[in-house]
Amino acid sequence: MLDWPILSTVTFLPLIGVVLILLTSGKEESAARNARWVTLWTTLFTFVISLFIWINFDNNTAAFQFVEKSSWLGNNINYHMGVDGISMLFIILTTFLMPLCILASWEAITVRVREYMIAFLIMECLMIGVFCALDMVLFYLFFEAGLIPMFLIIGIWGGGQRVYASFKFFLYTLIGSVLMLVAMLTMYFIAGTTDIPTLIDFNFDPHLQLWLWLAFFASFAVKVPMWPVHTWLPDAHVQAPTAGSVILAGVLLKMGGYGFLRFSIPMFPEGSEYFAPLVFALSVVAIIYTSLVALVQKDMKKLIAYSSVAHMGFITIGIFTFTQQGLEGGILQMISHGIVSGALFLCVGVIYDRMHTREIARYGGLVNRMPRYAVIFMIFTMATIGLPGTSGFVGEFLILIGAYQVNTTVAFLATIGVILGAAYSLWLYRRVVFGELVKEDLKNIMDVGRREMLVFAPLILVAFWIGIYPEPFLNVMHASVINLMDQHETAMQASKTILNAAK
Amino acid sequence: MMYVLIVFLPFVAALIAGFFGRSIGDRGSQLVTCTAVIISALLSWLALYQIAFLHTTEVIELLTWIDSGDFDVSWTLRIDSLTAVMLVVVNTVSAVVHVYSIGYMSHDPNKPRFMSYLSLFTFAMLMLVTSDNFVQLYFGWEGVGLASYLLIGFWYKKPTANAAAIKAFVVNRVGDFGFALGIMGIYLVFDSVSFDDVFSAAPSQVGQTFEFLGYQVDILTTLCLLLFVGAMGKSAQLGLHTWLPDAMEGPTPVSALIHAATMVTAGVFMVARCSPIFEYSPDALMFVTVIGASTAFFAATVGLVQNDIKRVIAYSTCSQLGYMFFAIGVGAYPIAIFHLFTHAFFKALLFLGAGSVIHSVSDEQDMRNMGGLWKHIKITYAMMWIGSLALAGVPWFAGYFSKDAIIEAAFASGTDVGLYAFWMGIAAAVLTAFYSWRLLFMTFHGKPRASKEVMDHVHESSNVMLIPLYVLAVGAVFAGFAFYGPMVGDGYEAFWGEAIFLNPENHIMHNFHDVPGWVIAGPLIATALGILVAFNMYIRRTDIPVQLAKTHAALYQFLLNKWYFDELYDFIIVRPSKAIGRFLWTFGDGKVIDGLGPDGIAGRVLVLARRASQLQSGYVYHYAFAMLLGVAGFVSYFFFAGGH
Repeated sequence: MLDWPILSTVTFLPLIGVVLILLTSGKEESAARNARWVTLWTTLFTFVISLFIWINFDNNTAAFQFVEKSSWLGNNINYHMGVDGISMLFIILTTFLMPLCILASWEAITVRVREYMIAFLIMECLMIGVFCALDMVLFYLFFEAGLIPMFLIIGIWGGGQRVYASFKFFLYTLIGSVLMLVAMLTMYFIAGTTDIPTLIDFNFDPHLQLWLWLAFFASFAVKVPMWPVHTWLPDAHVQAPTAGSVILAGVLLKMGGYGFLRFSIPMFPEGSEYFAPLVFALSVVAIIYTSLVALVQKDMKKLIAYSSVAHMGFITIGIFTFTQQGLEGGILQMISHGIVSGALFLCVGVIYDRMHTREIARYGGLVNRMPRYAVIFMIFTMATIGLPGTSGFVGEFLILIGAYQVNTTVAFLATIGVILGAAYSLWLYRRVVFGELVKEDLKNIMDVGRREMLVFAPLILVAFWIGIYPEPFLNVMHASVINLMDQHETAMQASKTILNAAK
Repeated sequence: MMYVLIVFLPFVAALIAGFFGRSIGDRGSQLVTCTAVIISALLSWLALYQIAFLHTTEVIELLTWIDSGDFDVSWTLRIDSLTAVMLVVVNTVSAVVHVYSIGYMSHDPNKPRFMSYLSLFTFAMLMLVTSDNFVQLYFGWEGVGLASYLLIGFWYKKPTANAAAIKAFVVNRVGDFGFALGIMGIYLVFDSVSFDDVFSAAPSQVGQTFEFLGYQVDILTTLCLLLFVGAMGKSAQLGLHTWLPDAMEGPTPVSALIHAATMVTAGVFMVARCSPIFEYSPDALMFVTVIGASTAFFAATVGLVQNDIKRVIAYSTCSQLGYMFFAIGVGAYPIAIFHLFTHAFFKALLFLGAGSVIHSVSDEQDMRNMGGLWKHIKITYAMMWIGSLALAGVPWFAGYFSKDAIIEAAFASGTDVGLYAFWMGIAAAVLTAFYSWRLLFMTFHGKPRASKEVMDHVHESSNVMLIPLYVLAVGAVFAGFAFYGPMVGDGYEAFWGEAIFLNPENHIMHNFHDVPGWVIAGPLIATALGILVAFNMYIRRTDIPVQLAKTHAALYQFLLNKWYFDELYDFIIVRPSKAIGRFLWTFGDGKVIDGLGPDGIAGRVLVLARRASQLQSGYVYHYAFAMLLGVAGFVSYFFFAGGH
């Protein structure tokens, strides 16, 4: 344990970068250059500091660690921060992806560079805050405020239809949030607190739990996104700049899954148990439906976006199995998906920067000019397919193992997605990378440069690390996941006894 | 240490050739990969001696892999007799193919990449055969699939090669789908995925049932069938075989290594490895027998009429794998592995020989454009003869010992499906002999049908390609004779030890020695018949095949089009998937979800918004500001609410 507030430090460090950028002035060009470097160093520094959370993290306890608590608004709302084995890795994921995003935007963003960098730094602060917050109000602030920079990133630096996409994104997430807000207010009136650990131990009336669960579900399901509220994602991805897509797929989607783990399951065990079949059904539909849709996409980013929905379907299945393998697989798959789908969007970004089109048919035969790119893209294609030895496999397999114990039909149907996943991913790869290089405008395309290698190298390393030796990641989770399962089990037992007593 | 070297040397070589191929050059890459695999091969023979003949078993744990609750998997090498035999097969053929590739790929600009892929494949295959648990087996399983995908699509400029590569991967995924469900089921039932735990607990599950997809089903039978679906994919059995012939788009050394000798036999290996489970599920074994026997016959019929020299051999492989499976189905696991062992030599020999032929006629693969080559490439011709003799099971060549043993075992099993397999086996033996000699006659005899230009260039391959052929030829001649005794003869129990489990009631390994004389003579007569008919049709009366194709046009087309499996799958799976995908996208996502959801709401909102148009500025920051106002309002509310 550290004697300084590391969580607040990591959360608000990016804001110092914002201040620095605001302080620097100068001509357009030099200001842009300064902003890039300041942001890069800030995010790198944040990443290094955040590693201390992991280093000092105690794997053996399920309790919240690095806790900071001070009174904030009135008597009941506190500034309460802390992490456990469920949230910790998401912080690392965020701080890890951030410098890579900045590097990826280095040359791609040429207008309003300062504002862009500021938006990303604020975004980072808010995302980390979501995973640290242990007070519902604090969580809600971070959770909702995170929408704004993303909304701006898509709306200002996005593609042709950016306004439509950003409003669609906003509309969906906002409607979900309103319901969550109502649920939070209700909880506050009943329990008299917004403190998350306290609320976890509070037993809400089983009947009420169902409604609360649904209200939270509305918000988280949109974020994940689950079928049928997923249609904002392909549009948002397609229009967002590359780094925006990386953050969207890498971190923002994970907030939905994290929300299930932090709120829905521990606070509403009855609701979670009752609605688990609904989650399974929606997830299975998502997996098969979006995989089939991905098969016929003509736009690279849309294809990857749809595949994201399918992968997130696996994660929601895993979480709602309430088994150790399912839960740990779900969390690990979220980390892995953050790395792999982020990397795939970066792969699209590489050729988008050169050709300014995402249309699959405009490419073909890239391997002839870009052998290094072909290797990188192949690695991540295999990882997204879930080839053993890459990160995609471990999470997916654990999830399916967990699902199998609960319901073989769910596991069976979800596994069909594994076949379809191979089909659409390999087909995409083939159309873009393989074949003869015949298109005139591709004949001078340059291979991946040094800066881009620097972006991909860490992602490749982590993808293999999780695939071959995931122990360091899984060890972090064990205590908290077992605790979560025990809580759920106890709650289920308790309600059974009540039921029996009533009879 | 030796075992670790055997497995990881090819991996290290693959990495070196793959990532530093440009700096160490073509020669360097070839040297590194060939050396590594040759050392592995030599060590493998030593391992075979130590393990199978000195009766030991080695288990080496390397690293924890996945550990989540009771689900605990490690990277572990396990070497017993079954593994040792596979090590020998994989590394020997791989070493030979590595060397051969130096010659065969000499005109290709991407030599380091090719060598790297070959070594990577070898590594994945070694991980597969040395695994100690089902998940690592799955790792190797998918790893060889990846290598196969990369190598089939090696000539990435050819659209057909790309299509074949994807087809191979996706069809295999269908098989893996079953395999994965089987592994999960094993974990569900046994709470473990390690071989030792599962195999020792298998007898206690006999007759038990569990719920699968809403039905109460027999545990062991279900698990075995699921695992077998995986084997069917990898070993190209009827239904999931369609990828194998297309895989011939890859370079010929690849066909020899992956699609004849090693990877496609992974399914046979896996089922033999799981003998402690399969032995307790007679129903599953029955299914294996029927599929195996049907495949043996089906693939042989298609092989009769193919004109591409490699496709003939590919269908032959498919057919021979069918033999191995029905051997397993009747409980004769050692014989199946014995045939796997001998088949690796003679089938790799046939493929590499075919490669030598293709090389000599300027990359022509259609046998209708060959003929009369024997005078020009006598050594290759001799090698092809040896391969064909071994394949057809002519006495004292390798196939004679293993294939006849399979057919005898099928008869000796005495069951109905066993008899079905026996007759299918005999029928396939006639066809095998026929298409083998058809291949020989069409390629080497008769008048040259190639253009004069091509014929002028016909030349025997260089030594770097011929020496590998000699090595395999030695195997094709002596492997059966030398290993019959220890593997399936009197020494079989000592040889296999714990590696293969036979139910105490399973006496097939004794019974197959005592079958009636006509059963022993059956395969020989079948082979002779096949050769004679081929001789008649392709040497004596060359007009017969044309006549037959005309008079039985429907049958000919049916066979030529491979029983229309590809068309069927395209019609019932591929097209509908795409059509449904398109429908879900435009109608489901576009019309229904977006139409009723955001766009619809937006449309309604627009009507309202016109009335309040003075509020609508269209600037993003105004909306952001409104949002912030909302948040601020919420916070203030809490501030006051919290204060009372």
